[in-house]
Amino acid sequence: MSSGNKNVAQMKPGEVGIIAGFTDEQLSVKLLEMGCLPGAAIRFNFTAPLGDPVCISVLDYELSLRLDEAATISILN
Amino acid sequence: MSASQRLKIAFVGNPNSGKSSLFNHFTGLNQKIGNFPGVTIEKRVGHSTLKEGLVAEVIDLPGIYSLYPRSLDERIVSEILLDHKSESCPDKIIVVADATNLKRSLLLLTQVIDIGLPTVLALNMMDLVAKAGISYDINALSVQLGVPVVPINARKGTGLEDLKKVISGPLHIPTKNIFEVYPEARGAVKMVRDQLQLDNDYEAYHILQQPKALGFLSTQQQQFIESVAEQHNCFPGKFQGAETIHRYTFIQGLLDKVTLKASNKSWKQYNSALDKILVHKIWGYLIFFTILFLIFQAIFAWATVPMDFIDGMFASLSNNLSEVLPGGPLARLLTEGVIPGIGGIIIFVPQIAILFACIAVLEESGYMARVVFLMDKIMRKFGLNGKSVVPLMSGVACAIPAIMATRTIDNWKERTITIFVTPLMSCSARLPVFTILIALIVPDQQAFGFFNLQGLTLMGLYLLGFGAAMVSALVMKYIIKANERSYLLMELPTYRWPRWSNVGLHIVEKTKAFVFEAGKVIIAISILLWGLASYGPGEKFRNAREHVLQESANLRLTEQGLEDRISAYKLENSFAGVIGKTIEPVIKPLGFDWKIGIALITSFAAREVFVGTMATIYSIGSTDDQTTIKVRMKDETNPETGGPRFTPAVGFSLLVFYTFALQCMSTIAVVYRETKGWKWPMIQLAYMSVLAYLSAFTVFQILS
Repeated sequence: MSSGNKNVAQMKPGEVGIIAGFTDEQLSVKLLEMGCLPGAAIRFNFTAPLGDPVCISVLDYELSLRLDEAATISILN
Repeated sequence: MSASQRLKIAFVGNPNSGKSSLFNHFTGLNQKIGNFPGVTIEKRVGHSTLKEGLVAEVIDLPGIYSLYPRSLDERIVSEILLDHKSESCPDKIIVVADATNLKRSLLLLTQVIDIGLPTVLALNMMDLVAKAGISYDINALSVQLGVPVVPINARKGTGLEDLKKVISGPLHIPTKNIFEVYPEARGAVKMVRDQLQLDNDYEAYHILQQPKALGFLSTQQQQFIESVAEQHNCFPGKFQGAETIHRYTFIQGLLDKVTLKASNKSWKQYNSALDKILVHKIWGYLIFFTILFLIFQAIFAWATVPMDFIDGMFASLSNNLSEVLPGGPLARLLTEGVIPGIGGIIIFVPQIAILFACIAVLEESGYMARVVFLMDKIMRKFGLNGKSVVPLMSGVACAIPAIMATRTIDNWKERTITIFVTPLMSCSARLPVFTILIALIVPDQQAFGFFNLQGLTLMGLYLLGFGAAMVSALVMKYIIKANERSYLLMELPTYRWPRWSNVGLHIVEKTKAFVFEAGKVIIAISILLWGLASYGPGEKFRNAREHVLQESANLRLTEQGLEDRISAYKLENSFAGVIGKTIEPVIKPLGFDWKIGIALITSFAAREVFVGTMATIYSIGSTDDQTTIKVRMKDETNPETGGPRFTPAVGFSLLVFYTFALQCMSTIAVVYRETKGWKWPMIQLAYMSVLAYLSAFTVFQILS
């Protein structure tokens, strides 16, 4: 695995990235439906107080997902 | 015109798209909530006058993001839309889209268009989009999509007349296909389409990809489709991702053409002042627990007035009727069985209504999604899901609507565990039992200066139930095996003021669920129990009056006292009494005698019956007055020890028993329907009975 492949779970609050792809095929189908498209801008908003789940912005709305779900979205930034 | 020939319109849309608000505007109070056949997914159907002389049947389908279903309620939508031959297939579809989130809404719309049913797009929340400086060329949008587009504001109810006009006019089946079936799948699609005689390719394509998820297919058809799929190497989900991307590409191109004035989207820091506080490390939890506390406060403080009123009303109704009606078993069945049975249901309505009012406000405002967000990690440790919070909270009022609320949990294992542990939350039916027993054994004193001991005990019992629920969930987490993956993937909607009519409808829905689901069973059982307690075998029961007269000949009883004694004697020798005596050896280690045994039996179906049974057993007549019952219970002696029957040991043992036991037939019925089988309700009944017995046993043995 190349170290350049960052994923959403590693982002920090306020950080912005572009979705590059998915590492989990089964989950990618659901993420696509929720508007997480390759090439779309994604912003990491905040994590829940216990560090999981996290809140991101995509397509102008807020989506919450668990860290292990966020880890399947790889980003470019 | 019969109902089946009527114009049928379905509302389809994403969750939070305003679909239900629109539905409420369309139907007003002219709606009813039922269930889809075979499952307890709420089906909201109503009638709406579209124009003079044209009444349509409208149905509000569960919110979905795509026609590929994730959870049970999403599957219902796919089934209804894909089965064109079914009677429940709508004639026309209104897709409700959140204009602030148009891309995602259009994904669903394009799928619905390809399904080949006449469709209209209702573009909701255009006001919010306009505020952001964006507007859409509605005409161009309509031309590009090939379906009529009507901008509306579902919250205010504007644009509805236009929508009604369009939907009642002639609509064509969309001719444009937005997505063409992939060449690799075409052969298979054709075979499925020809065999099942379907209307279009996309319908066949869906059936080909998810035959197992569609209940309307016969086993034979499923086998056929599976063999076709295997032959052509079309395994489920193969093309789904590619299809979604294809659709979004189309949507992006479309939006580029129809977006009139894009605001300069400054992609700045997420800026919601409310979220900064409400999901804050400390404030977030503090606020959540304060809200919880206030809700419980509201349930206990506000509900007493209407509850006392209902109680008094039914008691006087019973009394008045028994005076007016001629005697005889039928009149007694009515005044002693049916009316108290109905009263026993209605009395819980205030508490349930208040709790669901609070929950509806939290859900409507968008706060509930934050609670799920806050609690997900903690709940997951116990094998639950953040979404389990709502059922568990609702369980404090009544397990029945609470268990129905679990259907928002996609994951089977998490849902099953939530259903399994929800009845351990202390519901409102336990409260009267708790109140009287606590008043009996716990002194009304202050501890540490300001805590009332009785209040502390009551709180302890609620925490005990909650603790047992969490521990049981943890155990289940390791016992149940499941390969299905657990998702969260939940939208955090923008905060907004609740729409009060939606809150009102929510209350009505949930209360109805309780009254009718629980009601049926409680009434049936209270009639049965009345029979068991009013009839008995043998001579002793028949000649109860003579026996009592003989025994108490030199006691100089008043007439009322004599009557009370006779009913106590009758109960002792009735079927219920006989059963109570039979089980005495089993419950003796818990500190219970046969009289308590009778109460355990009568409260098997509905635990709140305990208080009424106590009143009858201790021959104080048909009173529900707590003080009278309390005083009498206090005087009851244990013939073996000569001391009082209700010692602290017995009292706590009973309290713990009632905290854990599944004494609610309606819960069993609802779990049966929700899990579609007897397996889970039976496991649950066995588990909770054993837990109640062993805990009560331990408590009694330690304390005595």
